Amino acid sequence: MTRKQRRLTLIGVAGCVLAIALGLVLYAMNDTIVFFNSPADIQAKNVQPGTRIRLGGLVKDGSVQRGADQRITFEVMDAEAVIKVNYTGLLPDLFREGQGVVAEGVLESPTVFRADSVLAKHDENYMPREVADTLKKQGHWQGEANAAPKTQ
Amino acid sequence: MLVEAGHFALALALGLSLIQFVVPLWGARANDPVLMTVAPASALAVFACIAFSFLALTSAYLNSDFSVLNVVQNSHSAKPLVYKISGVWGNHEGSMLLWVLILALFGGVVALARNSIPMRLQANTLAVQAAVTIAFLLFILTTSNPFTRVVPAPLEGQDLNPLLQDPGLAIHPPLLYIGYVGFSISFAFACAALIDGRIDAVWARIVRPWTLGAWAFLTLGIAMGSYWAYYELGWGGWWFWDPVENASLMPWLAGTALMHSTVVMEKRDALKVWTILLAILTFSLSLLGTFLVRSGVLTSVHSFAVDPERGTFILGILILFIGGSLSLFAWRAPMLRQGGLFAPVSREGALVLNNLFLATACATVFIGTLYPLALEVLTGEKISVGAPFFNFTFLPLIVPLLLLLPLGQTLAWKRGNFLGTAQRLYAVFGLSLLVTVALFAFAYGGPVAAPLGVGLGVYLVLGSLNELVTRSWSKGTPLAVAWRKAKGLPRSTWGTAIAHAGVGLSVIGIAATAWGVEGLGSLKPGERLKAGDYEVRLERVIPRIEANYREDVAVLTVFDSGREIGTLETMKRLYVTRGMPTTEAGILTTGLGQVYASLGEMQADGSIGVRLYYKPLVLLIWIGALVMAAGGALSLTDRRLRIGAPARTKAAPPAAVPAE
Repeated sequence: MTRKQRRLTLIGVAGCVLAIALGLVLYAMNDTIVFFNSPADIQAKNVQPGTRIRLGGLVKDGSVQRGADQRITFEVMDAEAVIKVNYTGLLPDLFREGQGVVAEGVLESPTVFRADSVLAKHDENYMPREVADTLKKQGHWQGEANAAPKTQ
Repeated sequence: MLVEAGHFALALALGLSLIQFVVPLWGARANDPVLMTVAPASALAVFACIAFSFLALTSAYLNSDFSVLNVVQNSHSAKPLVYKISGVWGNHEGSMLLWVLILALFGGVVALARNSIPMRLQANTLAVQAAVTIAFLLFILTTSNPFTRVVPAPLEGQDLNPLLQDPGLAIHPPLLYIGYVGFSISFAFACAALIDGRIDAVWARIVRPWTLGAWAFLTLGIAMGSYWAYYELGWGGWWFWDPVENASLMPWLAGTALMHSTVVMEKRDALKVWTILLAILTFSLSLLGTFLVRSGVLTSVHSFAVDPERGTFILGILILFIGGSLSLFAWRAPMLRQGGLFAPVSREGALVLNNLFLATACATVFIGTLYPLALEVLTGEKISVGAPFFNFTFLPLIVPLLLLLPLGQTLAWKRGNFLGTAQRLYAVFGLSLLVTVALFAFAYGGPVAAPLGVGLGVYLVLGSLNELVTRSWSKGTPLAVAWRKAKGLPRSTWGTAIAHAGVGLSVIGIAATAWGVEGLGSLKPGERLKAGDYEVRLERVIPRIEANYREDVAVLTVFDSGREIGTLETMKRLYVTRGMPTTEAGILTTGLGQVYASLGEMQADGSIGVRLYYKPLVLLIWIGALVMAAGGALSLTDRRLRIGAPARTKAAPPAAVPAE
């Protein structure tokens, strides 16, 4: 092999691998990405049933109902809308009524959501960031005053 | 008093780092050996100062000195001793202090290795290292001072985040930081080579052990973090493709590529410019990881404080070093003498493929991690890029790499023979195919990915062993001779084979998770829950009170196909000071698999939610990582890395004592 051929082989192989990777990334970007929506967003953007989304908002007070075999329903709300969530599984430690929650799953109808995971990616001081941003946007943010760590 | 001294020592370290930065650079330029020797001396002094400062903070934690804000916010007098010590780095300020401590430690070690590193290279390297130290010391002193006092001092502290009250905190961050920061040395060496405009095989030989060491620690740190998340979060998963995890995976992938490309550079004097670029990128990704994790861009247990000022500062450091080093690269790299090209079918050709796949895989992780952040900044749209994305993009790039691995490891340098190499692996191909088919038949109807993945893992393990066997044994050789030959193989050959076998073990463990089973139910005492062949019976739920938390403990008896094999305890804890609940998973290890139970909430009717998993071979995931790191460590002891570097001539002793 001449020097030129060697160089071309190298560039060719590298080009192929990069092209394949780029193709995979672009395809996956279309197919696997999950958008974050608040209940109001679902109505505003007219999200179609069957779409996989992340739903975030506050757990409505008094809405949590526990059925047999860890079947749980609760309602997630923001300032403008309410969505009913069905979930089977264990709730995270920080799941509480009146507090922020993020659930991932499929929208079944414009007002019903089936979650396959409920996240609590925040500790006791924080709202999930996405939920806090939504509430701020809607002008219902009350600050972290009541959630701030107790100081002596 | 000690606290103020610690603060002062930190400021002193900043001043000394400035000296360590300016004087050696000047000395190397002016070719003045006296100025150049300032580098090791000042590096040691910087280390001493930062170590003192770290000890001062540790002592404040040990004595529960609640006049120090950092201690108030992250400690409690009733906290167990081990968490008082590890709590030092279980918060933003302390963890940054640990970061610079390790940075200075590495500087100190380079300073002590004066006989194996040419003087100019050492001076320039330590100067670059000092630049990084200066940036982070400034960051700590101006935005994250761990020594701030509070007046009046409260009587009690606010305790450490309960998720961090775990032996994992004592091990995971130091290991990870040694890995992250260890790559700063490769980075400093690369910049020094660029500043000097000279790079050769000796450079590669000097840099390789540092890269190897950092890589081994990073491997351990990531594995430890993964195991910690597995048992602490109670979700039964070991890797979530969470941005925080990706932040450590990216430098690992780039570092793995760097480790392999330095081999090519050392052996064949090729891939020089690429190796330099890779060294810069690896540390840049470490810095990016620090930024992502510490700036509060991502919400997780790792982001201790959401303070925009700090985020901006780290972003500034990031831009300065990545931009600076890449500009230096763009300016000086064309002046470096290019290495030779080589045949595509050869060991070095295979290592280029390795680099290509690893770098591309790293790029896909980079895109998946940063795209959501970029999109949010640009359009305000919030998206999550999760496991499906990475499974779809990362796996197709890693699987071919793993398939080619044993072939590449067997190929000869310079000019390899593909068919001949494949022939040496016939037995390996055959055996792993047999295992795959057997597993298909055995677990018929189960997930398809599992037997394929386990087959791939077996192929990797056998391929690595094959390399050792074929290099020491051929038909007719008595075993004793073969053993002697095997023992005589270079340690780096053994290290390579062991590390690659470790990759295989991890692959087996990961693939076997597809065979995992789970069950979910609400149990009252005496009731049972099934997951596959395994079953648990809830015996009782008992309350327990410890120093800084109280908990409800569920005691479960575990049955394997109806036979009792042990008990496990899983708890719901409430940490009193923070009022924060946590779940502690209960784990029973059977062979390499684990029965894993996690608790839900107590129901009104007295039953309790339990999720039960059986995870076959799951321990192999982390054992594989340990084996990889052990392979790296063994490679480090290779005699090639200990001797052979040009030794600095010692000053000749005076011939005779002058007579007075």
